Amino acid sequence: MQMPTPDAHVLSRKAQIVARLQEVLPQDAVISDESETRAYECDALTAYRCPPLAVVLPSSTQEVSAVLRVCHEMGVPVVPRGSGTSLAGGALPTADCVLLGVARMYDVLETDYDNRFIRVQTGRTNLSVTGAVEADGFFYAPDPSSQLACAIAGNIAMNSGGAHCLKYGVTTNNLMGVTMVQMDGTIMEIGGKHLDAGGYDLLGLICGSEGQLGVVTEATLRILPKPEGARPVLMGFDSNEVAGACVADIIKAGVLPVAIEFMDRPCIEATEAFAKAGYPMCEALLIVEVEGSPAEIDEQLALILEIARRHNPVELREAKDADEAGRIWLGRKSAFGAMGQINDYMCLDGTIPVSELPYVLRRIGEMSKEYGLDVANVFHAGDGNMHPLILFDANKEGDLELCEAFGADILRLCVEVGGCLTGEHGVGIEKRDLMVDQFAPADLEAQMAVKDVFDPAWLLNPAKVFPLAASESRRSVALAAE
Amino acid sequence: MKIRPESETDLAEAIATAHGPICVRGGGTRGVALDGDVLETGGLSGITLYEPGSLTLVAQAGTPLAEIEAALDAEGQRLAFEPMDHRGLLGTSGAPKIGGVVAANVSGPRRVSVGACRDFMLGVRYVDGTGTVVKNGGRVMKNVTGYDLVKLMSGSWGTLGVLTEVSLKVLPKPETAACVMIDGLSDADAVQAMAKALGSPFEVSGAAHIPVGLDGHPVTMLRVEGFAGSVAYRADQVAGLFGGMAVRVERDPDAVAKGWRRVRDVEAFHGQPGDVWRVSCTPTEAAGLAARIGADALLYDWGGGLVWARVAEGTDVRAQLGAFDGHATLVRGSGQAKFQPDPAPIAALSRGLRAKFDPKGILNTGLMG
Repeated sequence: MQMPTPDAHVLSRKAQIVARLQEVLPQDAVISDESETRAYECDALTAYRCPPLAVVLPSSTQEVSAVLRVCHEMGVPVVPRGSGTSLAGGALPTADCVLLGVARMYDVLETDYDNRFIRVQTGRTNLSVTGAVEADGFFYAPDPSSQLACAIAGNIAMNSGGAHCLKYGVTTNNLMGVTMVQMDGTIMEIGGKHLDAGGYDLLGLICGSEGQLGVVTEATLRILPKPEGARPVLMGFDSNEVAGACVADIIKAGVLPVAIEFMDRPCIEATEAFAKAGYPMCEALLIVEVEGSPAEIDEQLALILEIARRHNPVELREAKDADEAGRIWLGRKSAFGAMGQINDYMCLDGTIPVSELPYVLRRIGEMSKEYGLDVANVFHAGDGNMHPLILFDANKEGDLELCEAFGADILRLCVEVGGCLTGEHGVGIEKRDLMVDQFAPADLEAQMAVKDVFDPAWLLNPAKVFPLAASESRRSVALAAE
Repeated sequence: MKIRPESETDLAEAIATAHGPICVRGGGTRGVALDGDVLETGGLSGITLYEPGSLTLVAQAGTPLAEIEAALDAEGQRLAFEPMDHRGLLGTSGAPKIGGVVAANVSGPRRVSVGACRDFMLGVRYVDGTGTVVKNGGRVMKNVTGYDLVKLMSGSWGTLGVLTEVSLKVLPKPETAACVMIDGLSDADAVQAMAKALGSPFEVSGAAHIPVGLDGHPVTMLRVEGFAGSVAYRADQVAGLFGGMAVRVERDPDAVAKGWRRVRDVEAFHGQPGDVWRVSCTPTEAAGLAARIGADALLYDWGGGLVWARVAEGTDVRAQLGAFDGHATLVRGSGQAKFQPDPAPIAALSRGLRAKFDPKGILNTGLMG
């Protein structure tokens, strides 16, 4: 994965840039010493590292605006960062950038149960948003696996999902308004406490734009009343095809579970060895969870179990109490940790039409043999968002490159069957160069034209999302204009 | 002049070679009449893919909405965002097309619980103002690959491009529905009641208040949908939230559907004189805001988040409302701008986007600022 050559003109002015930043921020909010900027050299895609020129940690929207005005004026690229949990390299710095972290902005600004929203500063973590309202019976629906650590700022930048989005949608469906600062320092309010923002859907455009259109400092998020209860069932099948058919039949029957999770045999074996959840050894395992009152749950589960029985399951396990429910989820929730025990792994994130599931799993199995690297599949089956985990050895020469090539082939396969490169992690640098496999030049041009409008000098997170070759002319015009 | 391309290629050619303004038209039921040649999308018709097990439907933009609804109904599914039919309110005729629904982000009563049309949009193909064909999104439910132009196109009223194909998430049709009705509430009390119901765990899928119902008295409506046992249980639970009030429960699904169609299509205003406005606001501010409008008739939907107002012709409702968190749209009438002007920084971005997507300035000129 290549990053552009750092701008020598920016590097040579480090002292002046830092001095200007120190004029507009408190002393401790500007970090420029190399021993300290190193802490920000990567996000959760740890294979790629580069310390930034400087790090700023503003505490308010006004301070963010002041920082951006300075960088805009001096032609310095800015990489925004939430909590740095991106698996796609969305917050990877460049040597010539100012890294703007929102970690010091974590306040709850307003909670309104009658209108069902919460307004927060975007450095607040995902889980602590729910934490702020759950005592009153509410929750914030998007629940990415990293929810303990990840920030709302990053959730908005990447349009994060989670296990429960089959029913509740992803970030964009739960975002009502933002305060955003443009690269030139302009502060704007988009949307708010009402359901539909007026005019063009700029809120929808900003959500998922990977920090390239502006820095979101405050967000109004929809909160929902907590359901009375939830209960999972576990089902084992002797082939991926049958499990896939069962998923389709459940959905066709009119049940809308909050989650349908799928694990294949390699994944079951690894998690079983690690977590000892007592999973059956079979080819494919589904965990289906439904919500409601005890009677409503019984009603939905009866229908789901009846459908499952038609597919000759090797195992059907109902949860009689919270303890058994916990055990059903135990293996799934420790799947990634289990893989980490075995080996280094790379987690992919393509989405496919649910109907293509058996074919895609078969092809991945074949490719696994060709590449000589093992793959375990765990994913959100209801919406087709796959998370193949490719196992490799980071200490072995050439293994990372082999793994990346294999990953790219799997993502191309996702696109080939009508799916996409990334369902919830984002493009970042990881999938940047594969964009040409999903989009024609005109499709990419339309997206880049949007960035031209929001950030004409291409200073915000410039080397992400678009293939470097496609964005080069825009980035070099920006450099020449300095 | 009227242009009616039969393919995406022809449509792109028509726009590439256009010299003057173009008025984009699906079914022509939403009352958009602008200067220029009329470009009809009806020639691009047909469902191109429908996978009930994947909850996905793809159709050409000129496909009649009725055709899509019939195909979904046959599989026990539906468009969950409940798009309204504007014909009765606007006195228009013709058949609504799916492209028009998307272009205007038309969303009905269920918007308050499941989201708007834009929340169900998975992908688009469109032709921009230069005649270039662009695709964005796709046909899968989770997709964060690149910028979300799908949302940008939804609700842009054909001013950024002409939709040629749309891809939608659909949902199962519930087994049955019930409606809890509270009689005699003031507008302010009704808004409070709706907030209470929507804040309960009983999945209320519609919350509307009609100050003057069919019998001349106020009625507040709270809908629940789902499997029979669940609906019976939740209707009782919702009714139980309002002890001491005049509460009744309608359990006949046909009667429930009819009642909510009246809300969806604002039937109470059909054939009545005056302008019709649609105010999007913070739900609990609805009654106070509505009182500022000198309205002949009101209807509250989305728990108060949407206020329909029928006013004397030419009334400047925006001036009456003053500053508030939300916006007002003129749905029927001509004395005022259709859309509320955007604040300056947003207006600047909108102008910039429009100049990029339609550099010749020919698409639905005069609409949206």
